[in-house]
Amino acid sequence: MKNTIAQRIYDFLKNYPPFDMLERDFLYSIAENVQVLYYEKDGEIFRKGEPVGDSFYIVKDGAVGIYNENRVKLIDECGEGDIFGLCALLRKDVYRLYAITIEESIVYGISSVLLEKITMASAEANKFILTSFASNRYEPSIIDTNENLFIDNENSLDEAKSAHYSTNPVTCSTETSIKEAALIMLRKNVGSIVITENMKPLGIVTDKDLRTKVATGRFGIAENIQKIMSSPVITYTEKITVAEAQINLIKHNISHLCLTKDGTPNSRLSGIISEHDIVVIHGNNPSVLIKEVKRAKTPEALKFVRLKAQSMLSGYLEQNLPIAFTAKIISEITDSITKRAIELSLEEMDSPPPVAFSWLALGSMGRREQLLLTDQDNALVFENVPKNDYDRTKAYFLNLSGKVTEKLNEVGFEYCPAEMMASNPKWCLSVGEWKDQFNNWITNPTNEKVMLCTIFFDYNMVFGNKALVVEMTDSIYRSIASHQIFLNFLGLNAIKTPPPLSFFRNFLVEAGGEHKNQFDIKARAIMPLVDAARLLILSHSQKDCNNTIFRYERLYELEPQNRDLYESCINAFKTLLRFKTLQGIRNADSGRYVDLNALSKADRLRLKTSFRPIKDIQELVLVRFGLSQMM
Amino acid sequence: MIDWITKKKYPGFWQNYTAPLKTAAKETIDNIRFVAFDTETTGLNTAKDRILSIGAVSIIGNTIDVSSIFEIYLNQAEFNAETVKIHGILKNGNQEKMTEEAGILLFADYIKDAVLVAHHVDFDIAIINKALGRIHLPKLKNRRLDTGALYKKTLPSNTDRHYGLDELCEAFNIMKHDRHTSLGDAYLAGVLFMKIVSILKKTNNKLTIDDLCFRKGRFRELFFTENKGWL
Repeated sequence: MKNTIAQRIYDFLKNYPPFDMLERDFLYSIAENVQVLYYEKDGEIFRKGEPVGDSFYIVKDGAVGIYNENRVKLIDECGEGDIFGLCALLRKDVYRLYAITIEESIVYGISSVLLEKITMASAEANKFILTSFASNRYEPSIIDTNENLFIDNENSLDEAKSAHYSTNPVTCSTETSIKEAALIMLRKNVGSIVITENMKPLGIVTDKDLRTKVATGRFGIAENIQKIMSSPVITYTEKITVAEAQINLIKHNISHLCLTKDGTPNSRLSGIISEHDIVVIHGNNPSVLIKEVKRAKTPEALKFVRLKAQSMLSGYLEQNLPIAFTAKIISEITDSITKRAIELSLEEMDSPPPVAFSWLALGSMGRREQLLLTDQDNALVFENVPKNDYDRTKAYFLNLSGKVTEKLNEVGFEYCPAEMMASNPKWCLSVGEWKDQFNNWITNPTNEKVMLCTIFFDYNMVFGNKALVVEMTDSIYRSIASHQIFLNFLGLNAIKTPPPLSFFRNFLVEAGGEHKNQFDIKARAIMPLVDAARLLILSHSQKDCNNTIFRYERLYELEPQNRDLYESCINAFKTLLRFKTLQGIRNADSGRYVDLNALSKADRLRLKTSFRPIKDIQELVLVRFGLSQMM
Repeated sequence: MIDWITKKKYPGFWQNYTAPLKTAAKETIDNIRFVAFDTETTGLNTAKDRILSIGAVSIIGNTIDVSSIFEIYLNQAEFNAETVKIHGILKNGNQEKMTEEAGILLFADYIKDAVLVAHHVDFDIAIINKALGRIHLPKLKNRRLDTGALYKKTLPSNTDRHYGLDELCEAFNIMKHDRHTSLGDAYLAGVLFMKIVSILKKTNNKLTIDDLCFRKGRFRELFFTENKGWL
């Protein structure tokens, strides 16, 4: 027979993680054994230095503040359903912080015995507990760097996690000798020293330089430090995110990145970030995955990395890392997999490429917004060749593309059903043909051609010759400049899908077909935002700006008066992308179709809120491009 | 499961109950065990009506341990169809039931020397005492506290007003789940008790049982008589 109190506690716990991951009967047995604790306002639940009790806590009613070691600074506020004291319980020595009620509160105490049962009963709950609480969540140093790592709050996704770096880099002047520099490094206990002139970074010397250039006898210790420094240094602005730092370190194959006031080597040095700093930030290091990709010899090995990336992705989403950051990392891995697939295919070819070529990722992959495994969309451009050589050249690249797409298919990026792949003769063209084709699309914008533009204009070069891509891009902008009417057609396309809320503020769902009564989050919510961003950025002739978030950021710089709207578009896009990705992971599909009945109330609300900017941006497009007359 | 409660063992068993009844009156209340309880009955006349169920929670300090709650349902010879509207316990409902004797003895074993807490505690004690009388056992000896009377101690001036459980739950912002189930009401009384105690502790950090017990003279102020219910 069930007791009414345990039933109430069960009803409460089942709404909150990790309890929502537990089996019904099991959770009930937990509920039967919790302790109900009552605290007045300002009541002390535990204090620093006190031996850790036998429970962790979940707030039932009221609010509990977690205070730092001096009991002064509020580190975290726990409201209904929030858990605290778990980290201490796992650590088992003394409390390092204070837990004091901010209001009169009822908290449930859950014993370590029950905790152990929970972690054994559900792998999912165990993982949640480990990722969410086993870290030093409340350590002041982490809070200070403003990492919203574990705060379940949509707003925390707004900022890519900013990297924590040394703001006081060890430097020396250009007059310094190698020996003096080494002594400074020894004294400061650092692995690198930056050589500065007028506070600007000129070069860098690392332990490795001392090892390879000095210890080997190539340079004497009395010689000037400039003899062994690496110069110029790779610089970046202070506002670097972990993702950007990682990507730059990998891209330039370096271990240290200098941060300067304006991001160029010509401004004041303000910090230094090392590979080590990043490893510390991230236990789970994507650069390791990228290294694995570079070493991979077979498509199976690439597939394995992709699977690991997938599980890393789930972890990032669970930890609520910013979606923009997550997308960057996953895109970087996807790009490197594609690159490796091309390298492996080139090795299989009988001869090196006859002329320069570039491999382009298209659509969401081109925009670097693809988080899940989807169909591949790609194209190839090769240098113009004399007419006589054309057939032979094209045959070579079609053969190469066939090998690449086959490998990508094996990795898990399935063949595109619409054949938008470089292995299709239509999308494996010389740069001259591409330019003509784009010009044709722009000057004769039929519906079909506009649709192709929306896919092909979002390209990103993954491999090959940059000059070819620059040429293509330039030609697109030239064609648009002389045929501005094209933008109106693109505009019509961008607003053809109405905002997803009908007049009665209910969701519009698919009327028929396989996905009847499901909501198409991609077509109805994500694409309108993507299409509007592309249109507006093309109308501003902005190049090298293919990512939707990046496009809106660029737009609000260009149109400060519309900053609020563009920012709300970014937030909506992040929410929707995150939602779709989570949905995809949960259902092992593209996450595109959402069963509305399966949504929680909170999720429905979150989705609805993110639909608002769609309506606003579509109105802006309608007015700006004078589309009402065309409709 | 209750084979061990047989008529033969009553005296021994009853000794187990009475033996530890010696709560130190001067001790601060932090380590004292309180039992908040409630009975659902067929009516308010202790002479005639019978217990349908008893629910209880034990409180030590600021903690209710859910693993040690108490909830029983009794078989009914007497049954008053009118009160079903209030508490929803049908004469042959689907809860597992036991005899009045077995239930009362289980309850006595559960409360041991605890201080009993209830809303309108006199009524609940009276109806349990009647049940004890039917099996020829003496009345409960435990100290008892009434949440309604305790609440009055938090007020600046004396009042004869009567406070209902619903009213106090609202005043103390306690969610009224499961009102009119004995365990639900016992839990509400328990939370109410903890809240009132924390208010009283503000003015007296070393609160003792004596501080909580109302003066003898005030017992009758509640206008309750054992045979006729509330006046």
